Amino acid sequence: MAKNDLIGGSLWEQYSKKVADRMNNPRHFGELTEEDARRMNGKLVIANEGAESCGDTVRLYWIVGNDDEVIKAAAFKSFGCGTAIAATDMMAEMCIGKTVDEATKITNLDVERALRDTEDAAAVPPQKMHCSVMASEVIKRAAAIYRNVDIATLEEKDIVCECARVTLQTVENAIRVNDLTSVEEITDYTKAGAFCKSCIRPGGHEKRKYYLVDILARVRAEMAHEQNPDQIQLDDFSTMSVVKKIRALEQVLDAEVRPVLARDGGGVELEDLHCDDTGACIVEVRYKGACKGCAGSVAGTLGFIQQALQEKLSTSIEVKVA
Amino acid sequence: MERIFLDNNATTLVDPGVRDAMEPFYSQMYGNPNSLHAFGIEVRPYLHRAMEQLYAGIGATDADDVVINSCATEGNNTVIMGMYFSLLKETRKKSIVTTELEHPSIREACRFLELQGVKVTYLCPNADGLITAEMVREKITDTTALVSVMWANNETGQILPVEEIGEVCRERGVYMHTDAVQAVGKLPIDVSSFPVDFLTFSAHKFHGPKGIGGIYMRKGVRLPPLLHGGEQMGGHRAGTVNVPGFVGMGYAMELATKNLEYEQKHVRRLRDKLEDALLKIKDVLVVGERRMRTPNTVFVSIRGVEGEALIWDLNQAGIAASTGSACASESLEASPILTAIGADKELAHTGVRFSLSRFTTEAEIDYTIEVVNKTIIRLRSVSTSY
Repeated sequence: MAKNDLIGGSLWEQYSKKVADRMNNPRHFGELTEEDARRMNGKLVIANEGAESCGDTVRLYWIVGNDDEVIKAAAFKSFGCGTAIAATDMMAEMCIGKTVDEATKITNLDVERALRDTEDAAAVPPQKMHCSVMASEVIKRAAAIYRNVDIATLEEKDIVCECARVTLQTVENAIRVNDLTSVEEITDYTKAGAFCKSCIRPGGHEKRKYYLVDILARVRAEMAHEQNPDQIQLDDFSTMSVVKKIRALEQVLDAEVRPVLARDGGGVELEDLHCDDTGACIVEVRYKGACKGCAGSVAGTLGFIQQALQEKLSTSIEVKVA
Repeated sequence: MERIFLDNNATTLVDPGVRDAMEPFYSQMYGNPNSLHAFGIEVRPYLHRAMEQLYAGIGATDADDVVINSCATEGNNTVIMGMYFSLLKETRKKSIVTTELEHPSIREACRFLELQGVKVTYLCPNADGLITAEMVREKITDTTALVSVMWANNETGQILPVEEIGEVCRERGVYMHTDAVQAVGKLPIDVSSFPVDFLTFSAHKFHGPKGIGGIYMRKGVRLPPLLHGGEQMGGHRAGTVNVPGFVGMGYAMELATKNLEYEQKHVRRLRDKLEDALLKIKDVLVVGERRMRTPNTVFVSIRGVEGEALIWDLNQAGIAASTGSACASESLEASPILTAIGADKELAHTGVRFSLSRFTTEAEIDYTIEVVNKTIIRLRSVSTSY
């Protein structure tokens, strides 16, 4: 808090002129039909994102060319506030003329940037950034529908925030693309955690599979590691103290292994570590959740964990079930 | 068309007469009423008169205290914090009963006391959006010190059964507070025949200035002050009295009392006209029975139209209204009242409140009806659900 934050209520003043203009006169709202698709020699794609009970929804219509996968026409409908309508309108415009592949690369930041009046002034205040996130998410959904990927079943399992129906992928993406560093920012950008707050950290109204604090910590660690991949040197592992070895193992399990297992409702814990004089180490693990007692986990998952540890830490690591 | 203000539950125009009454205290008569000299002396009769106007306006007897302060937030905090230091902290009284409908100055003050170990029960409104005396009775225990229930709801205008709730409190020997900011100036109030111990109000809700309000405290009831310092307000509230504000509030109260009939007849008629027009639109829901609301308020849910989007469009047309849902605020939470009355989940973000005043004209309401109709057509044409 400081001088400029003490007098609140300036939400609308922070909208860019382009946002206001598109709110007042959206160019691309409406519907496209099978008839339009036939006329344009393309395929009609309709994708829905969001829920009215959470405050916004968007429906995106595309006509994708039969020969070239180019989006020939786009239109939208939206239940939402001004920024939702403006962001969706801009997103629809940005899709037109791109191939489906190109369109899926449009991020929420691209949408937000396109709505800026000047390069360095944000188009909307932070608590409205979720509108642009929704606009980019609906593109991914449309692309999945176009390609017949069953996005619904995939995502059901990965809902982080039940209230706002925000998926793990959306949260991870928002953190990466927008370089978010706090849970409050995640909420501004995705709406996750804005309602019952159970998904922010353990101890809320209900128990959740994922918590924003954990996702943030993990993704930030991944990002730090990507920027500076030499952080853990291969083979350094053999010269580490036991405490550092365990830390390094936990770090790799957190970054590489646990997120993958978590997708199937499972988990893994480090149980013990034995190293001999040659530097060869045996890592004992214990499975949790869905991985426990599953025959497949003995061979496939074990191999996967070992591969991750060998790649990241040392080739002389062997993984066993405790 | 000039700008139209239909957000009078948020604040109101200062009545021009009130403004005139305040002006001398910004120019010639700027004395501190606590001074011994002529500058102080000449101010005091005006404060006495303002006191008379306030006591008369709410029906307080001379033995009661009406303590002037800065706003209803201060008044509400004075009651909640005062209860803590006089009862909750030291005696076996350990709990407060209040409602989910209350203003943040009650809710957050209670949350703060929870951190100090006080047990607070927040009653959820029933399917009509109301709190009943029975609901309060069920939650009062031997350790309850205070019940705090608002008189009229800011969002919907619904009038709560404060009298019955007060009777229950009397029966059980519990203090009763009511936040009456939305009732004063819109409903007749006579605390002398009303079972409440504390009542808070704020001048800017009834055509007085901002930054001035008051608490009624029944005779014999004492609370430690929130602000410590000088002996102003008989030691109930320290700080140099806001003289122009106080004089303005007194006169605003007198005018509000005189205009109660106008409010009940003419403001109500215009509100009903607007409400009837809104109800002619398909899939529109109004919260609360008409007779059981303050005469100036209508809260509507319009299917398929997000609240902030509607007030954006109205603002473009020069009309000020307000959202019920808080998409426009930072919390993003849905309207608690729409959730409480069991409206479809899809409607939680569709609430819009229109609140009129005695300065609202028929032409303004006609224009508003026209604009709202156009806006709903436009927003529904964009909407996913239409």
